[in-house]
Order: sequence, then structure tokens, then C-alpha cells
Amino acid sequence: MEARAPSPSVRTIMVVAAAREIRDEELVFVGMRLPLLAFAVAKALHAPRAIGLFENGIVRDAPPLAPLVTMGDPPNIAGAVACTGLLDVMGLLQQGRVDLGLLGAAEVDRFGNLNTTWAGGARLPGSGGACDIAALSRRFIVLMAHERRRFPRRVAFLTSPGHGEGGDWRRRMGLRGGGPARVITTLGVLSVEEASGELVLTAVHLGVSVEQVRRETGWELRVAPAVAETPPPTPEELAVIRRFDPERRWTGPQPAVGGRAKPSEPRPPW
Amino acid sequence: MSKLCSMAEAIDRWVADDASLVMGCGLESAIPFAAGHELIRQGRRGLTLIGPISDMLFDLLVGSGCVRKVIAAWVGNVGDGLGHSFRRAVEEGVPQRVEVEDHSNLTLALGLQAAAWGVPYLPTLTALGSSLLTANPHLRPITCPFTGQSLVAVEAIHPDVAIVHAQRADAEGNTHLWGNLGVTVEAVRAARQVIVSCEEVVSPDVIRSDPNRTLIPGFLVAAVVAEPWGAHPSPLQGYARRDDAFYVDYHTHSRSRAGFETWLRTWVLDVRDRREYLARLGASRLRHLQVTRAVPAAPVDYGWS
Repeated sequence: MEARAPSPSVRTIMVVAAAREIRDEELVFVGMRLPLLAFAVAKALHAPRAIGLFENGIVRDAPPLAPLVTMGDPPNIAGAVACTGLLDVMGLLQQGRVDLGLLGAAEVDRFGNLNTTWAGGARLPGSGGACDIAALSRRFIVLMAHERRRFPRRVAFLTSPGHGEGGDWRRRMGLRGGGPARVITTLGVLSVEEASGELVLTAVHLGVSVEQVRRETGWELRVAPAVAETPPPTPEELAVIRRFDPERRWTGPQPAVGGRAKPSEPRPPW
Repeated sequence: MSKLCSMAEAIDRWVADDASLVMGCGLESAIPFAAGHELIRQGRRGLTLIGPISDMLFDLLVGSGCVRKVIAAWVGNVGDGLGHSFRRAVEEGVPQRVEVEDHSNLTLALGLQAAAWGVPYLPTLTALGSSLLTANPHLRPITCPFTGQSLVAVEAIHPDVAIVHAQRADAEGNTHLWGNLGVTVEAVRAARQVIVSCEEVVSPDVIRSDPNRTLIPGFLVAAVVAEPWGAHPSPLQGYARRDDAFYVDYHTHSRSRAGFETWLRTWVLDVRDRREYLARLGASRLRHLQVTRAVPAAPVDYGWS
């Protein structure tokens, strides 16, 4: 009889789902936190020829040499293809060369617009590179916690453009990038319907019901005719996550998504 | 002419109250924390802070009451989440109200680049359709005179002073730095004065042996401060690892105003200078953070005859 492994944390499922969106040979713009880990997983497994661009100026075609907390950590710089500046890598983004952007967010609305600036009277950190990645990458993917307060019908502050008011809004605004492709949440996966630009629930994670997702969404969420279950992480994917997040800072049971991370207290090594 | 001086002298001489400062130009690495602590000790007030992502430096300066305005893309604690002091200042006016000009990383970098190039603005395709355009009067929608397409004009940003921490510089301020550069090259050209703090002061021969690595020519620099560990707790390639626990500790303390004040006394106000700060960190902690395994680049040849 097969021994049952403990079920993976929801953050592990999210990181793996995001990593699988990265195709081999793609140019990927990698945002802070969970996206750093998703890029490492993809590079180590199914996308060995993908290239990562980081807003601090790093161009990297190999997984980091050791676990990272930020993209500016020394193991992300040593062994990089190039270290340049923000304008250099963001220039490539603005040219339309970047296939995929990976982002976190605090709030998302029905048309995939992101808010990381003001939410419910709370001042959040702000755009960082998120507005640029959302505006300019050919497609982008968002990783975030799925709670009703984070899923308003309309974001109060539109930090990073999704499909605006829906339909051809992006074209009318002059936005060149293709907009959001998927929102990977703590409950499931929402995909963007092409014509309307609206988010549609297409998958739920293990043990999550469609009803639960609806309850945690602040508008009448549309649901695909057939909702899949997010495929569980493979042993290979789990092994890579263990390698790049050995202390489970990002994929432990404590939430560490988007605008708000709850750090585990590391034991000082000295 | 040697521009060497202590951090206290550099801040005293070159940073006035109400000055605008660009810092954190490398983003999460090489953040000039030693300079930030000295600004707090000298009681600077009314500062405008400019930077894309300053990690916890801007949060710390805001909480210390030094700041009137922040021009940034992101203010918080990169590893650990929201900036508690930044929130208290913006939401409650504690210890004082702070004005925020929200940028994206790209618009902030373009504002500095515009100043570095001596033009009043630069156009971009980012931020179209976003609330940044309505919230920040220095971002304006324009129409391209050639193609008729929608663009955003980013107004030039002219900081009074850029403060940069680097690996090495000579006494005149010719500076070698390596690793991710963020907006460093643009910022030092946009600013009216530049303060460089560095791990090592080297002879001009070392600088001239590799001119491609001289990203800050000395004629732009007003002061050079030899300040080993000047970026702690942020990392510096080849010298220092990131002190993750230090960020967590600050984040935990700064949750409350009282906790922040305790932290500030312990690590800034009751500390005379960087030497005392390092003693407080302790030798074993520094040993752990010190880069010990060298990974040197292959030499390049500038031969000419």
C-alpha cells in the first residue's frame, strides 16, 4: 500500500500552479515574493530555457544559487546572465518582448484590475513594478489570498491595469500588453474570458467547493461549465520547493501572499 | 582633491532640512542605512524621500519624524509586508502627516532619467488607465506628436542629494559598484550632489584598472565616506549577506508606536556611530553575515599597445 504524503500547503499549490504557467524559452518578468519561488520551480523543471527579468536589473537564466527572500539577495546575482539597471529591463518590457509577468496583489476586481495602494482606509505599499508589469507584459498572472474583502466588484484604487471596465478597455486606453491571464488564489484559479475580460472560476484547489469561492468573492462570480481540480504538486515539484524554501517561509501554513506576508520567526543562526 | 569625511560630516555639510534625497537606488540591496541612521541622529526634518523600493529605510525615516513627503513606487518591508510606520504617518498623522506621490518603478526611474538627461519629461506606455495618473500630478496623459498614440509624460525628478552605498571608491569619489544597479546610474546624474559611502576606499589605480565598472565618476560626488557594513541589514554583493532576522525584528517592533520607539533608541538614537552599531550587532552575527567565499570575476584586459 502506498504511504500517503501529508497534503501540500495551499501556498505550495499556488506556487506550483504559477510555475506551470511559465513555458520553456519564455521571457518572464518576475515580481517579489511567491513569484520568485515559482520562477525557480519552473527553471529547475519544465522551463530550463526560460529567462527571468527582475526589476532591480537582473537577467537570469538559471535558478538562484540558494533560497531568496528578495530578488536583490546575493545568490540571485552571482551566476546571473547580466546585471544591469531598472530602465534596461523595463525597456524590454515596454518594447513588448516579455511573454509573462508574475505578480502578487492585495485586491483584485471582476476585470482583473489590481490594487496595492489603498484598501479599506489602509495604506498599502504601492505599485512597485506591478503597474508596469500589468500594463506592458504580453500576459500576466496574479498570486493572492482569496478573501471577500480582497475581491471587491471594483477596486477603489486601480494600481495595476487588468481589463478596466471590460471589453476592449485596454485597447481604448492604449495599453499594449495582453492583460491578466489568470488569478491564482488560495482557493482556486480564475481565468480571463477573452471577449469580456471578466474573471471566470476554472479550477478549485483540493477540498475547496465552488460555493466557498463564491462566498469569498465580492461580486457574482461566473463559473466555468466544468470546474477542474488544481492538479496536485508532483514529488519533483515538491522537492524543488523544499530546496528553495527550506524554512517554509513562503509555502508554510502561515499566509505569505501578495501585499501582506506574515513572517515565520526564523531562529537566529548566530 | 580628497572628499573623504565621516558620515556625520557628510550629512551635516550636504543634507539640509527640507532637502530632497534619493536613496535605495539599487532596490533591495546596497541600501545606505548608515546614512539614514545619521540623518535621524542629526534630527533632519521636512525631508522629501525619493526611491523606487526602499525596503524598510523609508519606513524608518518616516517613523522618526524626518519626512514631509515620499516620492516612491513602494514603501514597506520587502520580506515581511506592510510598513507600519508609513501606515501610521499616512493614515493617522503619527508622528506627523506625510504626503505621498505614488509612482510605478518605471515612472520613478523615468523621472530620474529625465533629470539625468536634462529634459523636462519622458514619455512612457506604462500607467495608462491606472489611478496613478489621477493621483500623481507629475504623470500626465499626452498624445504622441508622431503616431497619435496615448502616452504618459513623466515629469523630471531633481533630487537635491543622492546617497549611494557602493563596494569601493577612491578619495575623489570615482566609484566602482556591481550587482543589480536599479536606478543608481540615473539617480546620481539627476541629483545636484552625491554622497558615496563605501566598504573600501581604494587607490585611483584600482578604479582606473576597470573603467567600465566606474558607474559614478568622481566629479559628480561631493563626499566619500568609508563605512564598512554601511548597507546593513541589506545585502551587498561580495561583502555582506542580507540580515533577514533584522528586518523581521524591526517589523515586529514597529507594529506599535511604542515598539518602534524602543527599536529606534536601541539601534539608532543610543548609538553614536556605525562603529558602535556594529559592536551592538556583535562579532558572531557579523561573522555569519560576512561573505567569506570569494567568487571573483575573470579579469578583463584593457591593453592598448
